[in-house]
Amino acid sequence: MKILVAVKRVIDYNVKIRVKADHSDVDLTNVKMAMNPFCEIAVEEAVRLKEKGVATEVVAVTVGPKAAQEQLRTALALGADRAIHIETDERVESLAVAKLLAKVVDEEQPGLVILGKQAIDTDNNQTGQMLAALTNLPQGTFASEVAVDGDKVNVTREIDGGLQTVALTLPAIVTTDLRLNEPRYAKLPDIMKAKKKPLDVKTSADYGVEVASKVTLLKVESPAERKGGIKVASVDELIDKLKNEAKVL
Amino acid sequence: MSILVLADLHEGQLAGATAHVVAAAQAIGGDIDVLVAGEGVQAAAEAAAKLDGVSKVRVADNAAYAHQLAEPMGALLVELAGDYTHVLASASTTGKNVLPRLAALKDVSQLSDVIGVESADTFLRPIYAGNAIATVKSDDALKVITIRTTGFDAVGTSGSATTEAVDFVADNAQSSFVKQELAQSDRPELGGAKVVISGGRGMGNGENFKLLDGIADKLGAAIGASRAAVDAGFVPNDMQVGQTGKIVAPELYIAVGISGAIQHLAGMKDSKVIVAINKDEEAPIFQVADYGLVGDLFEILPELESKL
Ligand SMILES: Cc1cc2nc3c(=O)[nH]c(=O)nc-3n(C[C@H](O)[C@H](O)[C@H](O)COP(=O)(O)OP(=O)(O)OC[C@H]3O[C@@H](n4cnc5c(N)ncnc54)[C@H](O)[C@@H]3O)c2cc1C
Repeated sequence: MKILVAVKRVIDYNVKIRVKADHSDVDLTNVKMAMNPFCEIAVEEAVRLKEKGVATEVVAVTVGPKAAQEQLRTALALGADRAIHIETDERVESLAVAKLLAKVVDEEQPGLVILGKQAIDTDNNQTGQMLAALTNLPQGTFASEVAVDGDKVNVTREIDGGLQTVALTLPAIVTTDLRLNEPRYAKLPDIMKAKKKPLDVKTSADYGVEVASKVTLLKVESPAERKGGIKVASVDELIDKLKNEAKVL
Repeated sequence: MSILVLADLHEGQLAGATAHVVAAAQAIGGDIDVLVAGEGVQAAAEAAAKLDGVSKVRVADNAAYAHQLAEPMGALLVELAGDYTHVLASASTTGKNVLPRLAALKDVSQLSDVIGVESADTFLRPIYAGNAIATVKSDDALKVITIRTTGFDAVGTSGSATTEAVDFVADNAQSSFVKQELAQSDRPELGGAKVVISGGRGMGNGENFKLLDGIADKLGAAIGASRAAVDAGFVPNDMQVGQTGKIVAPELYIAVGISGAIQHLAGMKDSKVIVAINKDEEAPIFQVADYGLVGDLFEILPELESKL
């Protein structure tokens, strides 16, 4: 079985973003970028399935600017076999990404597609579900366990009240939650080897997909800043403040 | 304008989130219908009919919608969406699971986690873990939106909407329900609680979370946790507060042994009053706390419990 994993280049999760002075967007100049943490988990899961002999090939795909090839190289260093880069400098919304991925699914015919449940920049949490709808495949979102069993996959999902397990026919779409696995670090020899692995560059036009969206970003603002309050010296003082100043007790 | 709200269910009953989503629908303006879909959902439908501002409750009560699996729910929404300009659901794990399927099949974008309504086509939503707020305008013919419930006060329950059965039954040979393990708790729901007390890695182990129980009992609080506490197995995943867990905005949030990473703050920084208990006076949580108490939680918690 072939596994397709989608990865996204985003701001590093440790970086606190700033809003541009003209409020047109956030400022990403000279900001450290990395693979979206949920995508790292997706790559790790695919590679583990290959190591277990469930998968035979892992293909990583990204939609993004030229620099996003760094994240594909990371995926290759972590164990993906080859990569597809759909290059674009535009701001591509989840729907367009899902449409492009649907074309790749059509071409590659994977048994399983694994994506992160959300990207930590837009926090959309949409692409996997949209891809499932467009390809008419079942979905197991927010996965904390993935067990392939013959022509089915059991996915345990993190839902609001606890955990839910669903059985899906293959091929299927899975999106990862944080507790699915702990991604490995790429080792230096693997990083060297990754440079020689095949990486195909395409454009959205190659797939005949229109990436323009009907959603316009009008402005971006900083949220109301919370001012730090005071330190209290004792439990008694805390209770007094909560009762008499904040009036929440 | 005409708006369809997908009702959230919790063990077959109407979940509190739906009253907040109806409030968001009122902010948009227009006729509001609620869709209750599931198996054995008559009681939930009756509860939805009492929500203020709702004209009609559409009830799809069929085994096909049991557990609200994404594939049949998506098909059902596609079937009904033609009658509406907006389809809304809460940004619960069900809303997030189902709504993007509708958007994709209708070839429109989705706006996730909306916290404010400027007009029928312009909305506010947090991005980058809430470190920026985007104002976005959608020119799509159908607006598909998930609502962050903390952004809207719940509507009241003095309404009397009509109910109407939906006959459409989606076929689904692709996915099936296997099992569900729901955490049982007598405490209020995290999302709706007036007081939340959360423990982090500093709690040390799951057993120590009992130190929060007595305080939660006295304050009628829900208990939450940081990701570190969940990952370490101290408590189950549904207690996680943050960017990728629950978003809460109670009157009082007490963070115990939590350092205050941006991903955690994303889930609680809109709380009215924040208290932090941490032994490290440099911990970033103190930058957002109204009242900080520096010290060892193992001494502070028992004292707090006894003095409340
Ligand atoms: C993609 C992504 C998503 C994430 N999503 C979330 C999320 O939704 N929610 C979330 O919470 N995190 C999330 N995180 C993780 C986040 O970055 C932090 O790692 C996590 O919040 C840390 O949890 P903590 O504060 O409990 O642990 P730590 O950072 O280890 O802090 C423990 C604190 O306890 C204090 N402490 C220790 N012992 C005592 C004692 N005896 N008395 C008093 N204080 C004590 C310490 O001083 C310290 O400040 C996410 C991370 C990533 C990469």
